[in-house]
Amino acid sequence: MAKTDKTPLFDRVFKPEIITLENGHTVERPKSRVPLILALLLIAIIIASKSTGFDFGLLISRFGQLGVILGKIFNPNWEFFPKVIPPLLGTIKMSIVGTVVGCVLALPISIFASSNINKNKPSLLVIRFIISVVRSLPAIVYAYFFVLVFGLGTFAGSLAIAFFTFGIVAKMLYENIETIDMGPYEAMQSFGATTLESFWTACLPQILPQFFDNCLYCFELNVRNSSILGYVGAGGLGLLINERVGLRQYNDVGMILLTIFVVVMTIDLVNDWIRSKIV
Amino acid sequence: MNNYSENVLEKLSSEPKNLWKRILIFLLILSLVIWGNTGSNFNGITEKGMNVAKAILYGITHPETLLLFNWTSKGIPMLLLETISIAFLGTLIGSLLAIPFAFLSATNIVPKWVSLIFRSITMLIRTIPALVWALIWIRVTGPGAFCGVVTQSIASIGMVSKMYITAIENLDTGVLEALDACGCNTLEKIRVGVIPQLSASFISTAIYRFDINLKDATILGIVGAGGIGFPLTDAIANARWNRVGAFVICLVLLVIIIEWISTKIRARLARGRS
Repeated sequence: MAKTDKTPLFDRVFKPEIITLENGHTVERPKSRVPLILALLLIAIIIASKSTGFDFGLLISRFGQLGVILGKIFNPNWEFFPKVIPPLLGTIKMSIVGTVVGCVLALPISIFASSNINKNKPSLLVIRFIISVVRSLPAIVYAYFFVLVFGLGTFAGSLAIAFFTFGIVAKMLYENIETIDMGPYEAMQSFGATTLESFWTACLPQILPQFFDNCLYCFELNVRNSSILGYVGAGGLGLLINERVGLRQYNDVGMILLTIFVVVMTIDLVNDWIRSKIV
Repeated sequence: MNNYSENVLEKLSSEPKNLWKRILIFLLILSLVIWGNTGSNFNGITEKGMNVAKAILYGITHPETLLLFNWTSKGIPMLLLETISIAFLGTLIGSLLAIPFAFLSATNIVPKWVSLIFRSITMLIRTIPALVWALIWIRVTGPGAFCGVVTQSIASIGMVSKMYITAIENLDTGVLEALDACGCNTLEKIRVGVIPQLSASFISTAIYRFDINLKDATILGIVGAGGIGFPLTDAIANARWNRVGAFVICLVLLVIIIEWISTKIRARLARGRS
């Protein structure tokens, strides 16, 4: 009887085909799950199309419009470049401060959120839940709140990025910490070192390269993302993008996007170089 | 006994001394942060700001429960359904559109120059933030949830095709050679040699992207591309904090639940069918 309990519901409803081999043995061939999955997918597609008002005809009839806009974006207005620089610096500054603050806060919290260091199950779950909650709100929503509390400008943006970074880096880090080699840690404990001492000398050196790797990854993400935070008034390039799109000056938008592209590429290259030094 | 401790001390002293390097790195990061703070406009928290902060916290802890059971298009259930639908259709279309891009950028399938062209196209797609894509598409489709679907279909291509490429380049060609030896034709080789190798990682990528798209779908509404984002920002702008509280709590719960489910499914896909 124990075996039937373990068979998935699907196989109990649609009985597997039993094939008798030439030597008398029988093998079971479970029915394919593909039709069921396809049917569910189809139902989901129908519901989703209804609720979003999916209209392919509209897309085709107005597709030319996209060509016009993209044409202008890929023909950037070079004279606009000087106006891009100050908000660009704002965006980069915001990202640097936010990333550093978020990463520094994430390091101690992630230690308490990893199951191999913190053996206290309730506190572990509470800390993980807090990290999940922080992570699940988008940066732009934080930015909106902080703009209202601290006023317009880059400070609200930095704070929003710090929250966002904290959520991501803490999650990645506690997953990393759980895969480290605990041997040195136990050895330190057997010498009579305290939890903190043994963590500091045995675990930290194993975590730090991954920690910096995560921070760099997050910095890259933040530069890309923070370019839109200005949309709610948190400083940086977003304000400019919003204004230029509103005025339908797509050539200027093209210039802004080109600048972001070059900056992100540069940061990507520098990060790769730093990574090669760390690892 | 003595010998052992000498060995340990010797080993310790032969370790490289990184102190100066560490101090230098620390100073570098510190100076970057100080430079980053130069343009910052923090001048203490004002009385008004304090009141707003209190109001926000009060609203989030006292959400408007009426909205939860409002089954019209303004109620939370319908808005959440719309948000999920945007993410679902966007991911589905995006991950299908990404397949040709991925195959045309995989270096083990096409010549190098072709792969370079398609890689730069996907790179360009990735550089434009989703919100900017939405601003562009809104001129084409008009405001509404449909704009969100189209935006996410395009914005997903960049990341999804990048992960597809890795899967394609890791294809085990030995299997294909074995099928060749059995006398299979190209179609059969694709059916039993290529699809089973790729399907798990492709589906896993698509589910992962669904996670991200769901988070993005919540903010697309800020520019008018449908979903819960517009009522949320509208409530913030009008300082209706109880309403904001209800939206935020539902949003957080939705994202956490979907993330939990998607992690479970992806873990199962990685293990193979149990």
